[in-house]
Amino acid sequence: MSTSSETVTAPAAPAPEGVRGTRLAFRSAVLGRPDAPVLSGVDLEVAPGEILTVVGPSGCGKSTLLRTLAGLLPPLGGTAEVDDSPLTGPSADRALVFQEDALLPWRSLRGNVELPLAIRGVSRAERRSRAESWLARVGLSEQAGQLPHRVSGGQRQRAQLARALADSPRAVLMDEPFGALDAQTRSGMQDLLVEVLRGTGATVVFVTHDVDEALFLGDRVALLGSGRVSAVREVPRPRDRAAFDDPARVALRRAVLSSLGS
Amino acid sequence: MTRRPLIRYALRAASLAAALGVWQLLTSLKVDLWLRFSQFPTVTDVARAFGDRLSGDDYWTDLTDSLTRILTGFALAAVLGVATGVLVARSRLAEDLLGPVLEVVRPIPAIALVPVAILLFPSNEQGIVFITCTAAFFPVLVSTRHAVRALTPVWEEAVRTMGGGRLRILRSVVLPGALPGIFGGLSVGIGVSWICVISAEMISGQYGVGYRTWQDYTVVNYPGVFVGMVTIGVLGWITSTAVELAGRRLTRWLPRTSYIPAGRPRTPRPLAGARPDGEPEQQAQSEQQGQDHTEEARDEHLV
Repeated sequence: MSTSSETVTAPAAPAPEGVRGTRLAFRSAVLGRPDAPVLSGVDLEVAPGEILTVVGPSGCGKSTLLRTLAGLLPPLGGTAEVDDSPLTGPSADRALVFQEDALLPWRSLRGNVELPLAIRGVSRAERRSRAESWLARVGLSEQAGQLPHRVSGGQRQRAQLARALADSPRAVLMDEPFGALDAQTRSGMQDLLVEVLRGTGATVVFVTHDVDEALFLGDRVALLGSGRVSAVREVPRPRDRAAFDDPARVALRRAVLSSLGS
Repeated sequence: MTRRPLIRYALRAASLAAALGVWQLLTSLKVDLWLRFSQFPTVTDVARAFGDRLSGDDYWTDLTDSLTRILTGFALAAVLGVATGVLVARSRLAEDLLGPVLEVVRPIPAIALVPVAILLFPSNEQGIVFITCTAAFFPVLVSTRHAVRALTPVWEEAVRTMGGGRLRILRSVVLPGALPGIFGGLSVGIGVSWICVISAEMISGQYGVGYRTWQDYTVVNYPGVFVGMVTIGVLGWITSTAVELAGRRLTRWLPRTSYIPAGRPRTPRPLAGARPDGEPEQQAQSEQQGQDHTEEARDEHLV
């Protein structure tokens, strides 16, 4: 990916730092499908521009939490808030990146990235150039005209990332976006994510079951277990590969793993 | 690359030629072994009758009448079937309101609606279109409903989180996503339409291939009856191939052709005539998509 030079001129870059992201919050919320609550007593606040990672064993309600923030599920009790007003439904302001293939298979990668712009009513020429620019930024210029099933899983997730960010959302919600990728591709994707998020000022909630991924990406990490948010911890030196063996990070890692194990 | 399909086309042509050969043998030798071929017209009789018909005006009037009826009925059925199918699959209220009526009407064979059509419509023409439309409507409706219900929920959720409303979801997710299933229904529908348009013409038509075939039968003109049958077969093949090709073109995005068209099996002889307009574009497209796919696409075209 020789895209670092383009980062500066990318469309979403001119954003006033700190004020672009939304503030997301749960106040004593009960989350789940109507007949099956999975999380209760959730009190959580995500500051504008922050990256919060959420870890927990499978089935603990990570996806439910994210879907509620996306507006796809209403909270069963308490409230979910965006910028201090109740969250009422999905919005283009909060983009969702899915674990599996959520690209529309009948649209080319470019067509998929153009879709949110088309929904917003951006003109055809403008959408084309913005989509091309985002695809270049995630290193997919050459594959822009391909259908999703003709490219690799990693490339599909990159296209999803481009699609999510194309309309400059104020929050990006990510549901194990790299879960299906092999370890090497995954760490490349993490670096790419850090790079493309830089300068957007977007608030990010990133769900994963991989503790190392959570500790690398997150400013804070929220632990889910036994039907509630069991802890929220600050991460020392986030998004710094060299911090892997930082003693504070190692201690946090051990604590997180043992709390997930119990 | 091109050899294999050629061999397959040759095989198909040979199979048809063999069938005609057996027919010719059985009839010209007047074989009477339980099955009686002695009264049967031979292939050459039928071919001669066909030649005579082609030079007359009536044949072409019949042809255009039947085609007009079936295309009108089928087009109406496609629009109504897709619309109703989407509605019933997407709205619980529509399902509750329309579901019972549709389920009660569905098992009634369209041809049994002839009395209804005669009562309802001022002209026979409209009645025949109505029957054809009803026949194709249900396969289209049912397959649309299933296809819409089977859509991957993630697609819709993705569009909703981009701020897309109901219309956008319908246009960008539901219709394109259900298209492979819808075309399955259309393929079945066009076949059923032919059955019903011919039957309806036999019962109540003035002009039309079915009407002519029945007329020939009543005056004991057996070669004429067979000309009618061959005409129906060829027209049916052409229309179902058109539906199939349209379906392939519109669902080219499918990762692998999991969809097996339900139309009439193709016979190779008319295929030679249809190739010039169908083949080159398909080939150009698949070449664009890369080598391994080219083979796949060509194979699939033959099936």
